[in-house]
Amino acid sequence: MGKLLVIVPAFNEASVIGKTIKGIRHSLKDAEILVVNDGSSDTTVVEAKKAGAIVVSHPINRGLGGALGTGLYWAKERDIDYVTTFDADGQHDPDDILKVLKPILSGNADVVIGTRTKSGWNEIPWDRKIVLTLSNWLTWWLFGIKTTDSTSGLRAFNRKAIENIQIKTDQMEVSNEFFYEIKRCKLRLKEVPIKVMYTDYSRSKGQKNSNAFSVGVKLLLRLFR
Amino acid sequence: MTLGVISIVMNFITFPLQVIAIAFLIFAFSRVWLRAREGSIGRGMFLFWILVWMLVLVAVIRPDLTTQLAKKLGIGRGVDVVLYISIVTLFYLNFRSNVMIENLRHEITRLTRVIALSKK
Repeated sequence: MGKLLVIVPAFNEASVIGKTIKGIRHSLKDAEILVVNDGSSDTTVVEAKKAGAIVVSHPINRGLGGALGTGLYWAKERDIDYVTTFDADGQHDPDDILKVLKPILSGNADVVIGTRTKSGWNEIPWDRKIVLTLSNWLTWWLFGIKTTDSTSGLRAFNRKAIENIQIKTDQMEVSNEFFYEIKRCKLRLKEVPIKVMYTDYSRSKGQKNSNAFSVGVKLLLRLFR
Repeated sequence: MTLGVISIVMNFITFPLQVIAIAFLIFAFSRVWLRAREGSIGRGMFLFWILVWMLVLVAVIRPDLTTQLAKKLGIGRGVDVVLYISIVTLFYLNFRSNVMIENLRHEITRLTRVIALSKK
């Protein structure tokens, strides 16, 4: 297998980042782990370095899109063959990383999205179900791509995707922006069911339902940039 | 006789209003002029705002002109025409501001990225 990079965007995740990184390391012995510290004010950087990750730090907080954009750029500048994005808050299972990489490694896809709605639909809180469904619909309507999980944080990319995808959004709308880029760069997309582990902590860190409207407006504007 | 009283009262009320409005317009023109002189606004913006305040001046001194415009457009009163045009203009200016703010935000992110990646 070529060089794999796991990008973990993190904003004030000192309490969980160490555990998350160790979990990834346990599943993937050879992967490089890059934590993009998005202007954290706590000890995220210290904890991440202690757990063995490479850390790149934004001096101020920009948002998820900003952090992932930096991570992808970092990968582009180096000889990275595959990239996986992974949430810092413990929502994802590290064993799912290899699952999402499989279609890429076998050459069947350029981008793989881990979808939480296939096997874990019942575990998703009802209010998130509504927002997720709306978001999936919006992704189809604005960008023409059908997906069952437009806001998933577990994604995998091959070198072609790393080189062509340009992230221009800053915040949570980046999850939807990936689909626009997939369409624009004519990348092959596959979905793989993954586990989702909702905790009070990860829910407090994730997308707020009240954000949904502004995400929609920003995505619309992104179409024109 | 009542009509006469009413029209005198109306003149009494509208006259100070017009004086206040014109005083404000002199202030507004002076701001536009000063900002243009120091370079805070470009030529396009300068001309735009001069035009805006001129139109307001006309509407204040000759309200009957707005009524004529209203008749041409099929809208009830001159005031309504002014209001409708103002609202549309405000919507547009607000939209432009939002787009500019989003662009600023993206530029800041690009700068942040360069800083983050240049630290070793």
